[in-house]
Amino acid sequence: MSKNEDSPNDDDVINQNLKRVYDDVAGQDIPDRFKDLLAQLKAQDSPAPHSSSEGDE
Amino acid sequence: MSSSDPRDELVDHLPAMRAFAISLTRNAAIADDMVQDTLVKAWTKIDTFQPGTNLRAWLFTILRNTYYSNRRKAKREVSDIDGTFTETLSQKPDHDGRLQLTDFLKSFEELPDEQREALILVGAEGFSYEEAAQTCEVAVGTIKSRVNRGRARLAELMHLDDETAMELTDPATMAVVTSRVNGAMS
Repeated sequence: MSKNEDSPNDDDVINQNLKRVYDDVAGQDIPDRFKDLLAQLKAQDSPAPHSSSEGDE
Repeated sequence: MSSSDPRDELVDHLPAMRAFAISLTRNAAIADDMVQDTLVKAWTKIDTFQPGTNLRAWLFTILRNTYYSNRRKAKREVSDIDGTFTETLSQKPDHDGRLQLTDFLKSFEELPDEQREALILVGAEGFSYEEAAQTCEVAVGTIKSRVNRGRARLAELMHLDDETAMELTDPATMAVVTSRVNGAMS
């Protein structure tokens, strides 16, 4: 594992760039549409008292 | 364990799902539509998820299947993707890093989908080869070879850039390049 510190190898540079791009997007705030969607799915899923849904737990 | 519903954890994986989707589609709008489809599928098919296994890998599998089935349906090959990846970045590369990262993304966007996803999963998301293979539903050796070919191609393109870097010190060229980059980012 003796790497030349002065000239990082291509793999290092590639990994750095990949991480930089990926982490940037992954670090962004989640758009509201997804929070809304999850809330909607959750609401849809909770069975109404009278309906005998086969999907309930 | 009945108290922990994996659906409650979906929100934690959303940022990574978006990042993975953008690296596949190279377009933020298409990526977010795909993430939305994936969320709905994941929610309704949650009983096919095995608790205790890697939820993120499971979500990524749905995501990429969505992408590849859309790609087959759409039948149109990638076009007009120039610069879109750069536009998805919140933090614009600083002056020194700008050309390097922009060039990198340009090269990265040109890689075949299979190499791009393998590189992202292993190189950026930090999946093991085994996890990436499972996510992509191929053999471990296939993932390794995709990663290696992707790296080799990127390295080749990076060194081509080294050779042309000298020409970019010419002020006129520099101005054109800089304004083009700025334009793409605004």
